[in-house]
Amino acid sequence: MLSPEIIYKIILILAVFTVTLVVAMWSTYAERKVAAVLQDRLGPNRAGPWGFFQPVADGLKMFTKEEFIPGTADKQLFILGPCLAMLTALMTGVVIPWGGDLTFGGHSYKLQITDINIGILYLLGVVSVGVYGIMIGGWSSNNKYSLIGALRASSQMISYEIAMGLALISLVMMTGTLSLGEIVHQQDAGWANIVYQPLGFLIFIICAFAETNRAPFDLPETESELIGGYHTEYSSMKLGFFLFAEYINMFISSAIIASLYFGGYNFPFQHSLGLEGNALSLVQTFVFFCKVFFFIFFYMWVRWTIPRFRYDQLMNLGWKTLIPLAILNLFITGIVIGFRNGFFQ
Amino acid sequence: MQLTNRSKQVADTKMTWLERIYLPGIFKGMMITLSHAFKKKPTIQYPEQKRAIAPLYRGQHVLKRDDNGAERCTACGLCAVACPAEAITMIAAEREKGQEKLYREEKYASMYEINMLRCIFCGLCEEACPKEAIFLTDRIVPSTTKRKDFIYGKDKLVEKMDQRIDVSVRQTNNLAEFKKNQSFAHNKL
Amino acid sequence: MMSQYLFYFLTFVAIFCALLVVFSKNPIYSALFLIVTFFATAGHYFLLNAQFLAAVHVIVYAGAIMVLFIYVIMMLNLNREVEPHKSTAIKIAATVCGCILGLVLVAALRETEMSAISEYSNPGIGLIERLGNVLFGAYMVPFEISTVLFLSAMVGAVFLSKKSIH
Repeated sequence: MLSPEIIYKIILILAVFTVTLVVAMWSTYAERKVAAVLQDRLGPNRAGPWGFFQPVADGLKMFTKEEFIPGTADKQLFILGPCLAMLTALMTGVVIPWGGDLTFGGHSYKLQITDINIGILYLLGVVSVGVYGIMIGGWSSNNKYSLIGALRASSQMISYEIAMGLALISLVMMTGTLSLGEIVHQQDAGWANIVYQPLGFLIFIICAFAETNRAPFDLPETESELIGGYHTEYSSMKLGFFLFAEYINMFISSAIIASLYFGGYNFPFQHSLGLEGNALSLVQTFVFFCKVFFFIFFYMWVRWTIPRFRYDQLMNLGWKTLIPLAILNLFITGIVIGFRNGFFQ
Repeated sequence: MQLTNRSKQVADTKMTWLERIYLPGIFKGMMITLSHAFKKKPTIQYPEQKRAIAPLYRGQHVLKRDDNGAERCTACGLCAVACPAEAITMIAAEREKGQEKLYREEKYASMYEINMLRCIFCGLCEEACPKEAIFLTDRIVPSTTKRKDFIYGKDKLVEKMDQRIDVSVRQTNNLAEFKKNQSFAHNKL
Repeated sequence: MMSQYLFYFLTFVAIFCALLVVFSKNPIYSALFLIVTFFATAGHYFLLNAQFLAAVHVIVYAGAIMVLFIYVIMMLNLNREVEPHKSTAIKIAATVCGCILGLVLVAALRETEMSAISEYSNPGIGLIERLGNVLFGAYMVPFEISTVLFLSAMVGAVFLSKKSIH
């Protein structure tokens, strides 16, 4: 019944799950530390050396706080909201190729949970469903600030999904595949996709900021005007789930950016190092995580540099700038592909 | 009028194309924040490191004893009168026989309280004291969680015999001479 | 065998949630059950090896259209207390209409032949390459006409949302 393949998949799923949670946990620490460093402060430094165990302390605090459900809230949906946010955040990790192939006892195993042939569509699907956690949480709180946060989140997500999808379509046109494993594999032979799709990358990363609700697009949870936005009424670990889901999303979207535009686990001159087989795969995984961590840092760096957009500016940017730009990018990509295939001769 | 060289002239002109796409501006801003990552942090980590304080820092009060260990305070009330925040309260009592070792004068304060939440640490009590009994020291009043813990009685204010508090910075000879000046009303006989 | 169990499970979920869409008192619950129904339908597409269709179904229906539905329902502040009371005549008319629709559906389904099961086993049938070739080959004209339809709908929406110029 349990073939080595299935056992391997189970181990890989557990590993990806654990790594995602651990990275997200320490992202909260990194966020505070990066914020502090960029603002000439020291940041958390009391729990453990350099405050390294701060996330553990934060988690313990979250768990021991009072679990409060407002009397006017819709109880089932109030609990469902953070669960959905967490579920959709964790679902995207399965299509990301985390490294090359591993060989054990003559069998070759991919470091990717599943390489479905509609990988990018799967990503878009999960991202588009991801907004339900916030919407349901915000609505069921029965609080006007939460509701406004939820409405903002949904309209923002829908607006930026279009530009993101269009930017991805030009990439798909260029690579000719929807599978993430294949896209990453193609970048082994040639240049990374960023060289061919700089505009697409720019649009994609801006949309990724908006889709993960990160600053400068964190309008659903603006502290100054909406208190906490959709998680105003939440407390204890349910609040923790919402915050945690945001960091998981950040990690996953960093991994997607690295895979789609920056060669994934490939790195320059990887075949001239004299490494073979499992050793090369492990180095590739390490390089991939370096890229991912850089993008996580980039997310934080942007957050602590750029002030928040106003809501109409956000909508203007999405609809009047990014979508036309994405269509232009699509058009140019199409023409270039046409020339290369000799369509115009 | 130009006050500093850092002020920037603001003009309501139309933005150029480069300014309107904001990307160069964003890049510049991000470089500024990144450069701050490599700057020296001005933080002083309090319990381990302490900021150097001024030599005449005015912190928690002390009620001095004289060289023989008798309390100097005579409960004249001048400090309470001088106090702009009305933080000082006291009850005077007469010295009994056999208490000469404890109190220097014939009258002493049986109760002496300073409310540290009201005190503004101005040092006027110290200035008003004719007996050189109350001084402000360089100690910081520690924080607590209850209001009543901030009302310091004699148990906390009077210095302990085995832990004499050095106030030589504040109790200089010059000051002592100045206080004996006959032109002050309280020094007139 | 596995896929058969999955089929029954998904069918049960789809029908059960579809019924709950109708019977839920709260419109938000109705919308949420509709989303679950869409997911079950997407699961059916997967069982039919139509991965692309399944993914697009989730993205478009569950991810975009239902988000807008819920958006509007949230804005309207509907709840049990303010629900308008329908008169008996309307209820009877609705029942009759529903029965007629059901009759038409049953009549239509009676005539259809169950296509051969062997078609399911072709794993490549729903791939995006196949779909693209068919859409831009045999069904080129209807496909392009439908895009014109979408364009006109978009122009109409923009026109309606613009303030009228006097």
